Amino acid sequence: MYRYVFKRLLFLIPTILGVTLIIYAVMSITPGDPGRSMLGTSAPQADVDAYNEALGYNLPFFQKYLNYLIKMIFHQDFGISYFTKLPVFQEIWPRFLVTIKLAFFGIILSTLVGVPFGIYAAVKQYSAFDTITSLVAFFMAAFPAFVLGLMFLYIFALKLNLLPSYGIATFAHYIMPAMAISIPPAAQNMRFTKSSMLEAIRQDYVRTARAKGAPERTVIWKHTLRNALLPVVTQIGLNLGMLIAGAVVVERIFSIPGIGSLIVDRISYKDEPVIIAGTILISITFTIVMLIVDILYAYIDPRIRAKYAKLKG
Amino acid sequence: MKNNENGSDAILYKKENQFKEIWRRFRKSKGAVIGLILFIVIAGGLLAADLIVPYEKAVSQNFGARLAPPSMEYPFGTDGYGRDAFARLLHGGRTSLSIALLATFSSAIIGSSLGAIAGFFGGKVDNLIMRSLDIFMSVPDILFTMAVVYALGPSFTNLLIALTLAYFTNYVRLVRSQVLNLAEQDYVEAARAGGAKNARIIISHIIPNAIGVIIVNTTLNVAKIILYESTLSFLGLGMPPPHPEWGLMLAEAREFMRTAPWLMFFPSAAIVFTAASINLIGDGMRDALDPHLKS
Repeated sequence: MYRYVFKRLLFLIPTILGVTLIIYAVMSITPGDPGRSMLGTSAPQADVDAYNEALGYNLPFFQKYLNYLIKMIFHQDFGISYFTKLPVFQEIWPRFLVTIKLAFFGIILSTLVGVPFGIYAAVKQYSAFDTITSLVAFFMAAFPAFVLGLMFLYIFALKLNLLPSYGIATFAHYIMPAMAISIPPAAQNMRFTKSSMLEAIRQDYVRTARAKGAPERTVIWKHTLRNALLPVVTQIGLNLGMLIAGAVVVERIFSIPGIGSLIVDRISYKDEPVIIAGTILISITFTIVMLIVDILYAYIDPRIRAKYAKLKG
Repeated sequence: MKNNENGSDAILYKKENQFKEIWRRFRKSKGAVIGLILFIVIAGGLLAADLIVPYEKAVSQNFGARLAPPSMEYPFGTDGYGRDAFARLLHGGRTSLSIALLATFSSAIIGSSLGAIAGFFGGKVDNLIMRSLDIFMSVPDILFTMAVVYALGPSFTNLLIALTLAYFTNYVRLVRSQVLNLAEQDYVEAARAGGAKNARIIISHIIPNAIGVIIVNTTLNVAKIILYESTLSFLGLGMPPPHPEWGLMLAEAREFMRTAPWLMFFPSAAIVFTAASINLIGDGMRDALDPHLKS
């Protein structure tokens, strides 16, 4: 088990290097140079050249990338924004925390709604509850987060005047955005949990448990659920990608000062340092969360634990 | 010689029969048939967009008729520039659907080939492909496509490239696990024992058995890509304006939410119905191709 965790932690290093390299390489395709962007179109060419030279812009690609990486890791220095001329880290960090908070609410909501509904629908297969929730989940899976966000804005803020429509001043401000980003993954969780439960219910050990006369409650809670929920853990981790995608659009709709809306805003100003840094920061967080999910999975699944215990010996 | 001919006839007959059998099972699911009809209507309407209403109407501005409510002349009303929302919906949908279909197709081809190579050859090749893929998948799709579209500039081709790069990864994992799984099956071992070459095993045993899962996933991916593409265009990273797109129409309709809510309604409905119809078809195909999954 420790070996597995250690191996996975070690793999985090090449992954983070690879992720930053991909993003840095993609962004370096864009035309334009930092000197021109910082000093403006009217600045003399000599000043622009001098600025680029001082920044190391004319160095070979890998040297530039390495410099960026060193500054990023050891000094939290992501460069200076072309748009606000402020250090990038100072701009993205508070906004990053807002997005994390939103995604956290999203994960909690989508799990708390999706998983129990999925379990109940599977236990009561073909009942009215199953039919209705499965149908609702099916349609919700076809709603992108921004359509839900706009719908909520129209219904709850404009028509009913119940909830605030922009900003993050109070908890109530988080309700609509969190709902909009968590409904699509909740629908997915519900469908996934249901099929995972149905598969587990058909297993031989469940039949055995029933045959030996175990009460239905024990069969469901002890035998079926514990096995069915294992793949659901991975699924919840995978939801994070969906939640991030949702957060980017929902932050725009509800004017939330998160990192997603910052990246989208700065795309129109061609503020590359912010776009690169924001993308890298979210990707690294994403990688770490996926790693935690993987380790958690190995921890709760005795089969995987046993596999690595054997390898050790 | 004669025997041989009979043999190929039998195979042909079997294939045709198999197709009929799948179609029969597909038809039995009400949802799948509704999805298919809905999709044919939507796709037919989008493909025939030029015949129904000229592209000119989708982009020509008419400030005399700004924010007109739905009427006989403008079935879905007009937007803030007085452009016909119905024409924009049809022409925008055609672009989104074409991008989604092309991106699905190209990501399926690239991803499946890589997955097949990884699964079939195993060892170092497999390791190299899968580890690179892990890194690739650590960048959330939305940020990756945003970065690619930003770097290359928004256009039809660049959107296609961005979405293909974001989606081919699914196929690599899927096809690799299928190939690994199938390679262990008894009939593959039997074929190998019978002296069949790699190429023959792949063509006559692996591909026919893996294709079902790939087709189902490809169908469901079309819906996912449509949702993703509309998200990108909502963020202003879709086709450059004034070209209409569903996401962009919604982004523009937002400021008129109070005065012209119908501008939000029609593009939302178009996105949801298109995605739902494709999902219905995908679910129906899964049940038809993989009967053991359905108890």
